[in-house]
Amino acid sequence: MEITLKVNEVQHTLDVEPRTLLVHLIRENLNLTGTHIGCDTTTCGACTILLDGKSVKSCTILAVQANGKSVRTIESVAGADGHLHPLQEGFKDNHGLHCGFCTPGMIMRSIELLENNPNPTEEEIRWGISGNLCRCTGYNNIVKAIEYASAKNRGVEPASTEPQFV
Amino acid sequence: MIQCKTSKAISGMGHSMKRKEDIRFIQGRGHYVDDIKLDGMLYMDITRSPYAYAKIKNIDISEAMKVPGVVAVITGKDLEKYNLHWMPTIMSDTQMVLPTDTVMYQAQEVAAVIATSRYAARDGREAVKVEYEPMQALVDPFKAMDPSSPVLRTDKPGKTDNHIWHWEAGDKAKTEKVFSEAAVVVKEQMHIPRIHVSSIETCGCVADYDKINNHLTMYMTTQAPHVLRTVFALVAGHVGLTEEKIRVVSPDIGGGFGGKVPVYPGYVIAIAVSFLVGKPVKWIEDRSENLQADSFARDYHITAEMAGTKEGKILATRFKVLADHGYTDAAANPSKYPAGLFSIATGSYDYGTAFVEADAVYTNKPPGGVAYRCSFRVTEAVHAIERMTDRYALEIGKDPAQLRMDNFIKKEDFPWHSPTGWIYDSGDYHAGLQKAMDVVGYADLRKEQVEKRAKGELMGIGISTFTEIVGAGPSKDFDILGIKMFDSAEIRVHPTGKAIARFGTKSQGQGHETTYAQIIAEELGIPAENIQVEEGDTDTAPYGLGTYASRSTPTAGAAAAVAARKLRDKARKIAAYLLEVSEDDLEWEPGKFFVKGAPEKVKTIQELVFAAYTNFPQGMEAGFEATHYYDPPNLTFPSGAYICVVDIDKETGGIHVRRFVAIDDCGHIINPMIVQGQVHGGLTQGIAPAMYEELIYDEAGNILNGTLMDYLVPTAVESPKWETGHVVTPSPHHPIGAKGVGESPTVGSPPAIANAIIDALSPFGITHLDIPITPFKVWKALKEKGAYGK
Amino acid sequence: MIAQSFQYASPGTLAEAISMLDKYGEDAKVLSGGHSLIPMMKLRFANPEWLIDINGIPNLAHIKEEGGVIKIGALTREAEIEHSDLLKKYFPIFADVTKLIADPQVRNRGTVGGNLAHGDAANDHPAVMLALNATIVATGSNGERSIAIDEFFHGFYMTALEHGEILTEIQIPEPPAGTGSAYHKLERKVGDYATAGVAVQLTLDSKGVCTAAGFGLTNVNPVPLRASRSEKALVGKSITDETIAEAAKYASEDCSPSSDLRGSEEYKRAMVAVLVKRMIHKAVERISK
Repeated sequence: MEITLKVNEVQHTLDVEPRTLLVHLIRENLNLTGTHIGCDTTTCGACTILLDGKSVKSCTILAVQANGKSVRTIESVAGADGHLHPLQEGFKDNHGLHCGFCTPGMIMRSIELLENNPNPTEEEIRWGISGNLCRCTGYNNIVKAIEYASAKNRGVEPASTEPQFV
Repeated sequence: MIQCKTSKAISGMGHSMKRKEDIRFIQGRGHYVDDIKLDGMLYMDITRSPYAYAKIKNIDISEAMKVPGVVAVITGKDLEKYNLHWMPTIMSDTQMVLPTDTVMYQAQEVAAVIATSRYAARDGREAVKVEYEPMQALVDPFKAMDPSSPVLRTDKPGKTDNHIWHWEAGDKAKTEKVFSEAAVVVKEQMHIPRIHVSSIETCGCVADYDKINNHLTMYMTTQAPHVLRTVFALVAGHVGLTEEKIRVVSPDIGGGFGGKVPVYPGYVIAIAVSFLVGKPVKWIEDRSENLQADSFARDYHITAEMAGTKEGKILATRFKVLADHGYTDAAANPSKYPAGLFSIATGSYDYGTAFVEADAVYTNKPPGGVAYRCSFRVTEAVHAIERMTDRYALEIGKDPAQLRMDNFIKKEDFPWHSPTGWIYDSGDYHAGLQKAMDVVGYADLRKEQVEKRAKGELMGIGISTFTEIVGAGPSKDFDILGIKMFDSAEIRVHPTGKAIARFGTKSQGQGHETTYAQIIAEELGIPAENIQVEEGDTDTAPYGLGTYASRSTPTAGAAAAVAARKLRDKARKIAAYLLEVSEDDLEWEPGKFFVKGAPEKVKTIQELVFAAYTNFPQGMEAGFEATHYYDPPNLTFPSGAYICVVDIDKETGGIHVRRFVAIDDCGHIINPMIVQGQVHGGLTQGIAPAMYEELIYDEAGNILNGTLMDYLVPTAVESPKWETGHVVTPSPHHPIGAKGVGESPTVGSPPAIANAIIDALSPFGITHLDIPITPFKVWKALKEKGAYGK
Repeated sequence: MIAQSFQYASPGTLAEAISMLDKYGEDAKVLSGGHSLIPMMKLRFANPEWLIDINGIPNLAHIKEEGGVIKIGALTREAEIEHSDLLKKYFPIFADVTKLIADPQVRNRGTVGGNLAHGDAANDHPAVMLALNATIVATGSNGERSIAIDEFFHGFYMTALEHGEILTEIQIPEPPAGTGSAYHKLERKVGDYATAGVAVQLTLDSKGVCTAAGFGLTNVNPVPLRASRSEKALVGKSITDETIAEAAKYASEDCSPSSDLRGSEEYKRAMVAVLVKRMIHKAVERISK
């Protein structure tokens, strides 16, 4: 079946089997391997992308369902000139990642989270990323990374990125 | 405050340098195994057994072969022709690659389907028809030990039972005597359940065999690439694939935690298929396959006993373990230590008598067990001792913090000889616990608890003061399949003063690209930013045993420091030559040598490196490179003092972790930010088995929670806000005084949580609950004690 | 995990979708949010030959008030329900329930219609709709028909929807003044299906006497269950510790949970009682606000 969709602002027309998962189209057909697969039950969120601006799990959407729609993946998040998005900066400077496998999904989810709620509480952040599993970090620094980006987006000085010890 | 000897520009030890590897990960440019695409690559999928124990009557591949895109279906009979149907495990046991007649656990590999696409391979997998004759599975390890039970490993000639090995440490007779005379003896039966590392990236590989050159490149998710190259050569050498013809490449790894140490059948099948068809073959597990078939962790049944005085002096401990290994012993332990380092179970306490024994048994469950972010079996040991310490305090009515303070090994007593034979390097347990108590406000919490109890509310405070044992290991005692457990570093400094350093370890998120660079920066004064770190390619990196058991910093980190010091010695010689003074007249400060008393006579490390290529003394070897294989003189013994505070909903059994304070002692800290990150992550992998995770099997050996919908990996909502800090007692025998930290929190935190919950429930006569302690378990315990609804 | 091959159609009108369903019969399934169906297809538990994607059909996603009835289009996403001001005004229970359904990404796709049409007693909306006395509107080749929520759930994955019918709207009577509602479920971790869940809507008159009560239970019965005896225990009475205890007792007795990984039957009954009590308190608290 022929479909046309925009991925990271580039128009693609592709012939796909109806059962092709959107995540496979992104990874295999378009070679955008920043979007990952971590489970088969729509649990882990590693495959999170933006579909018409909404964060969704691309392992549970058929590629044909994206026909005529616009997809954004992690590869489009930094500026064309290489400058990092506040979330990318936040994850890097607050040690919000270890192995990096969940990170693209976390960042894509967080983009929408901050769009809907520019100044979330810690609790709102935790619930907001509850569809994304991270096995390495224990989440504390991911929360901090998102708070950092929230502050940056709002033009407020983010909290220190130095680790705080008791 | 952590003192730094180097400037921020150099960023040696103690600096919270931002991680060098992150720039690719945050932009989706990490390079994981499933991102690899090679010309003509085929895809493999695996048909698995629905039964835990069954005879294979027939495998019909005819329908599968008709599926468009399917090019081959491989069974055990096919591999048998090449004698590739069996392989060794790391514990020198044996394991089927593909079965020829019997399946031994649910989800065992039965046939491999090779196709031109992932989708076709899956269709083919579904079309393979296997006829089974199910047999009565043996699932309960105690039953499996019963001499009347049927023998599972009939493949082993002469095997008459399901017993794998017996192992012991300590003094049995002396322990029995102390126990028989002790005023107080406490005992609990506990199970540390079967769990799964469940790294977010599953396992997988691309096996790329080049027929013309008889050369295999194996891209794979492995924590130990060099050892696996050797294993592959041992398995496949007889078909001409000898070790110089094998290159193992471990790309970025999406979490390991021990689950990516073993050789899984899928890897071997992929190699065999690539060898036979001459094309690259990719195999990537599904999550459910990963959970259901890859190595589990733990599954220790422990009878734990502690003897002491009425006043609270610990006199002796006795631990008896039954280890359920499933179908084969596929643990990842050093050869001489089939129960790993479980004999660290005497803990942080000063007493001289202990006996530890373990027996291992086969059952119809998947093979294992690997670590789960834990040095070899140390989590099981720590859980046993820390639970029993609280149990003893409860028995004699003494505050568990005070009891610990009264029994700790004193800092002046290190090196300390444990009753099971270990020599603890250093520690200050009193300082750690005191700090944790001060931070959490221990005395006030105990007061609050008294008030809450009077109101009928359930609140608990739990402590764990653990000693880890990591950094295997001294080669005299530690080997994996006969290969001694050293590790390596190779540093090459280019003429312009920038360096590349390669290691035998392999980061899975630990941040080696940053911390190793910082160690070298500390020793040589070359900015860490200018030091490129590489690991994971057996063609380029020096041989090493890999990253697990918190061993990278203790071994490869030490190797980096020693190799850098060799280079500093060379730099000193060149400086003496260039400044025309004797070596003794030179003084070093990070990044330069200068003449004592004449600091203007100076040569920077960059100038000295340049001279090593352009202007070096007659007779000196050119270049600026060094390699070191570090064989540690002893293990390192990180420790920690953790305090957890919980509130329990007495109607639902719901458990809320209100506070968790973790004070760790991992010796000198290389990068505080990374150490803290490791502690955060490790703590969440501590609360996971303490409250959520367990692989559950029914009586027929069917897994009941083989997906992430029911295997409950904590989210950000379940994970508490951790409060972390440290005390520092450097390891006296380690070149940079570091001890390793990646696993301490996973090892140390489950008993703190369990102790807190039991502390809350202890007024009702509840003395122990097995982890994971769920609301249901709490409710049930209250109900059984007649305390529910009261 | 990859589904078996199938054919896919994305009709632009309801009529077209219905005629496709008629044409392909039992071999066709309706694709709405897809977050129950696609995972089942990936596991090959469901193997339809045709998928009829209704996401492109206009006028199926709305939340509006018409003549004293709140109308929710079947394609309304959970995330829209979660943040709807209109629903917040009348039914605080929707914010309670949506927050506990799966996770934010799933709620961006999952639809309220799909949640109900799946006929799964583990889903959360069935209990809520029972408590709110909703009416289900189904559209087929013979036009629209209304199905009372009590007639809708027939069995395990079975509903009153006939083949060729599509659930198109949910209608909920606007509650009178003095009404409050609440939902909670116990879950093993966030996003899990309920160990037990309870939905409550209560109306109190000015003297505090209960004039109407709705109770729905999640995942403690083979089909979504209305706790009728609990409702009767309150209507015509004041909300007191005694009437609450009675309502809690009846609900825990009348459900029929099975023992599983989430807990024993006995535990689940006990949790139903606890939740009934807590949700009554929460609903009453909301009325007094």
